[in-house]
Amino acid sequence: MKLIRVYLRPFYKRMAGGLLIKIIGTVCDLFLPWLLAFTIDSIIPLQQIRPIFLCGLLMLLSAAVAVSGNILANRLASAVARDFTQKLRHDLLAKLLCLSARQVDDLGASSLESRLTSDTYNLHELIGRMQRLGVRAPILLVGGIIITLTLDPQLTLVMVSVLPIITCVVILISRHSIPQFRELQRSVDNLVRVIRENISGARVIKALSKTTYEQNRFDQANRETVNQETRASATMAVTSPIMDFSLNIGLTLVILIGAFRVNRGATQPGVIIAFLSYFTIILNAMISVTRMFVMFTRGSASAERIAQVLNCPADLQTLPLSAGGARSAETPPLICFNQVDFAYPGQKALLEQLSFSLEEGQTLGIIGPTGSGKSTLIKLLLRLYDVSHGQILLDGQDLRSLDRSALRQNFGVVFQNDFIMSDTIKANLLFARTIPDEQLQQAAQIAQAGDFIDTLPNKANYQLAANGSNLSGGQRQRILLARALAGQPRILVLDDATSALDYETDARFRQALGRQTKPQSKIIVAQRVSSLLQADQIMVMEEGRIVGLGSHEMLLKTCPSYRQICQIQLGDDNIA
Amino acid sequence: MIILRKSTSQGGKGPQPHPSSAPLPSRRQTLLRLWRYIRQYRWQVTAALLLSLGSNLLALLGPVLSGRAIDALSGGVGKVNFPVVYVNILLMLSFFAISSLLNYLLSRLMIHLSQGVTYQLRKDAFNHMLQLPLDFFDRHQAGDIVSCLQYDIDTVNASLSTDLLQLITSLITVLGSLAMMLYLSPLLLLVFAVTVPAAILLTRYITHKVRPLFRARSVKLGQLNGYVEELITGQKTIQVYDRQQQMLAQFEVKNQDAVNAYYKAEYYGSITGPCVNFINNLSLALVSVFGAVLYLWGQLSLGKLSAFVLYSRKFSGPINEAANIFSELQSSLAAADRVFRLLDQKAEPADAPGALTLEKATGLIKLDHVSFSYVTGQPVIHDLSIQVRPGQTLAIVGPTGAGKTTLVNLLMRFYDPQAGFISLDGHDIRQLTRRSLRRSFSMVLQNTWLFQGSIFDNLAYGNAEVTLADVQRAAQAVHLDEFIQKLPGAYAMVLDDNASNLSQGQKQLLTIARAMLLDAPVLILDEATSNVDTQTEQLIYQAMEKLMSGRTSIVIAHRLSTIERADQIIVIQDGQIIEQGKHRELLAQGGFYARLYQSQFR
Repeated sequence: MKLIRVYLRPFYKRMAGGLLIKIIGTVCDLFLPWLLAFTIDSIIPLQQIRPIFLCGLLMLLSAAVAVSGNILANRLASAVARDFTQKLRHDLLAKLLCLSARQVDDLGASSLESRLTSDTYNLHELIGRMQRLGVRAPILLVGGIIITLTLDPQLTLVMVSVLPIITCVVILISRHSIPQFRELQRSVDNLVRVIRENISGARVIKALSKTTYEQNRFDQANRETVNQETRASATMAVTSPIMDFSLNIGLTLVILIGAFRVNRGATQPGVIIAFLSYFTIILNAMISVTRMFVMFTRGSASAERIAQVLNCPADLQTLPLSAGGARSAETPPLICFNQVDFAYPGQKALLEQLSFSLEEGQTLGIIGPTGSGKSTLIKLLLRLYDVSHGQILLDGQDLRSLDRSALRQNFGVVFQNDFIMSDTIKANLLFARTIPDEQLQQAAQIAQAGDFIDTLPNKANYQLAANGSNLSGGQRQRILLARALAGQPRILVLDDATSALDYETDARFRQALGRQTKPQSKIIVAQRVSSLLQADQIMVMEEGRIVGLGSHEMLLKTCPSYRQICQIQLGDDNIA
Repeated sequence: MIILRKSTSQGGKGPQPHPSSAPLPSRRQTLLRLWRYIRQYRWQVTAALLLSLGSNLLALLGPVLSGRAIDALSGGVGKVNFPVVYVNILLMLSFFAISSLLNYLLSRLMIHLSQGVTYQLRKDAFNHMLQLPLDFFDRHQAGDIVSCLQYDIDTVNASLSTDLLQLITSLITVLGSLAMMLYLSPLLLLVFAVTVPAAILLTRYITHKVRPLFRARSVKLGQLNGYVEELITGQKTIQVYDRQQQMLAQFEVKNQDAVNAYYKAEYYGSITGPCVNFINNLSLALVSVFGAVLYLWGQLSLGKLSAFVLYSRKFSGPINEAANIFSELQSSLAAADRVFRLLDQKAEPADAPGALTLEKATGLIKLDHVSFSYVTGQPVIHDLSIQVRPGQTLAIVGPTGAGKTTLVNLLMRFYDPQAGFISLDGHDIRQLTRRSLRRSFSMVLQNTWLFQGSIFDNLAYGNAEVTLADVQRAAQAVHLDEFIQKLPGAYAMVLDDNASNLSQGQKQLLTIARAMLLDAPVLILDEATSNVDTQTEQLIYQAMEKLMSGRTSIVIAHRLSTIERADQIIVIQDGQIIEQGKHRELLAQGGFYARLYQSQFR
């Protein structure tokens, strides 16, 4: 709830203005029945037409004020809700984009998605409705109680004596139901996850004819969501009857005690009649309040979930570490891994005692079996995770001491199965950077993407589908390569980024890459030896350790695993 | 990308960024379809009506009882008739208790009903989604589809559970009050002959104006969802390219669009309440003025006038409420529209009448002069004929975009060729049930797909007959057993959202193990080992030769070491076969294949 307060604070003035207008409108609305009673009680007995019409005119006037006031207030309320939601969503996304990989793993992508969407919708609805409906009911409630107080304070106290009971009930119910709504949101997360999985896996599911299985899986999630919602709503459904009943008990108490008081001469029967009509007003107001309470309860579960993301501590902070390494006098190597260990929390070490360095302008090739830690190494280098032990230095500076955006400006990266936006090819190459056209074209040429882009309708303005599904695997990879090259990065990092290219295209790409005028350091992870042949150093990894580091020729002699890979891929005759 | 778009059945592979706006379905159609979902609960609806009638009547009786009690005490000091007061108070208490109970039952009933409808609607929408052809998923952003299945259905649900009940109660009160007023003064009721139609016209006008706005709101929210989904998928890449600020700025445009669409709908939608209220007030003023005039002319008693006024206020309350509900209904109708649009998307065409169920294929595959294009005028496969004998391994090689994956698409009947035909065991695959056709293949793709669940669940994938021993054997065949045993929980370890605790290659191995367990006669590997190291790959193929002996396999790979041992290699370029033969033969030919092979040494 603190979240809602904090985000509403800038709008307090506007809300106060809207509130004032709403109050005027509501008062005019309420003035009408009073005028009506006045007409019947005091004007009609005068037996004159003129005052009657005058009263009618007055009623018309206040009706007009009421309608314009209420419309204006409603619109102001909508505007506040709009600006509130926009700001909240903006901040939430900003935070989300900065979350560390570990935090995203913990929260779960589906859950993040529904927090950014359905939870913000819930709050949007809540803020709008609270303002629109939340004025009339309290005015009626307070106004009604004040008027009854002037009629007979003691009887009013009797009636109001049920209010603490109601408050207790409300507190009890909300304590019970807020966790239930939280559960509900969790099962909604689960539901969304199954839907997402089925969208991303549509091809596989069809191919394996597992539609029935998936239907059952969804059915489970669906059933659970429905059950959770039923449970939470059923709890909330208790509120309104209990409130009604308590207030009605108050009313009967008023009549009972009123009877005694009338008998004693302490009050008049007329007062009790008046009580009855005000009671209806108070009851109706109470019903509105209950409804808002339900909305509020639901909204607070969403607010909590959003706050949880917003309050995530900043991970991977920049630390004031002094420059490490003994070579500080000379030019330090571009990249230096110094006895690096890494493990995901609660799992065995993925990388152990990793040490190597790369000089500016050099190319490092990395090869090794699946799960040997190649991609993890890349992620550490880009500081998506922090090392568990040891340190990584860039230009002699510990990565953790560098500003993250400054650090990453050095790199152009293609991940395995990297993502493509559903936008034009050009937009994907630009990736929200400002890069001159020739530079883009040049990058596309090096990446061997220029030719196939030219054959597409609209060329570079060809619209790509979600995840680039209207391109072949090799075309997708070439777009990704071009995107990484377009920024002319100091260090190019390719994580198995040419696996879908045929040998010939791959070879042309490597040659074009070598012809670049600007010197560029490269780290290339690959399963194909041919992709690494020209590297200055090749690193062979096995189970998180380096088992070979050197040139192709050297490794052929010294590293049996590397030799075996080459034999399989290139054939015995072709190993020089 | 909007679900609302009419399905373009020719299945263009390219996305269409500018959806043609299909005509609005009429409100009646949407309501009718919604009613079909509610209809199965018609007994509950009837019960709800009765319950609300009962509780309303009891609530109406309350004032009568309290009136009697007050009559009993209006004697004044010392003359209160306590027995009567007691009796009436007791009656009131019990009536109120019953009314509250009825109300509670009523809301439980409505929750049951709305949740039932929600469940069914969601189930239908999801099951239909599973039947949609692949190109639907290519054309729509995941977030947009999720938004339809989750948010839109939720909107319908919210309005069903509250609005419907409100509407019913309002209706009962309105009818009751109307009857009372008719009884009191038919003449004065003429006032409502003016204002009620005015209210109805106004509501109609506003809803007419507001409906497209609510539709636009749903669409914009869907787009926002789509974008959010994309940003979350690409979060790491965005960070690494340090594009957070720029993406945030782009998101802000979508965000602004969404909140503005929301605001616009509310801007007009929220005027309904005050406007109807205004008309009500107007009628109140008219009633008092004309009532007073009637009274002066001696046509109406003062008592009757005040009773009339009381009832007219009772009458206007629910009308006001109903007007508000109507504008809310607009948003749920717009949401329901989107859901029905999804349900209207054309599913994969049904199996041919009398389609054959192939029990156990031998794996004889024939492509006969097959031509295919995703978009007319851009052929991808051209007059292609291939034959694979049972037990044979066919390898397909060719530059990217040559049509290799398309070939798999055709085999699996994700698409049908425009010319020529494909047969399995001598049967045209169009004459086979899709299910039995696809069951004959186990397909492994480059893009791995795993779901959140244990490793065991992912491998067994819904097959109850698969035991842990089977799963372990498959994992051993892909050399993952040792790795899995070391994980916390081993085979019971749950893979999370992105399975970030596995490397890409390991994911590929898992999907291969899953395919092995399927035990289908034909194995299709489309770049299935591209991220796996060569040694492991070799071991897998050896294991597969044992496991899958006598089975037909089709292998697409760029790494030529993967396919050296194939019985037949075909080289495809621009959708046509340009070379065909065994590895040695093709190398000796010195053609495209040989050039491809040599280029790895360059």
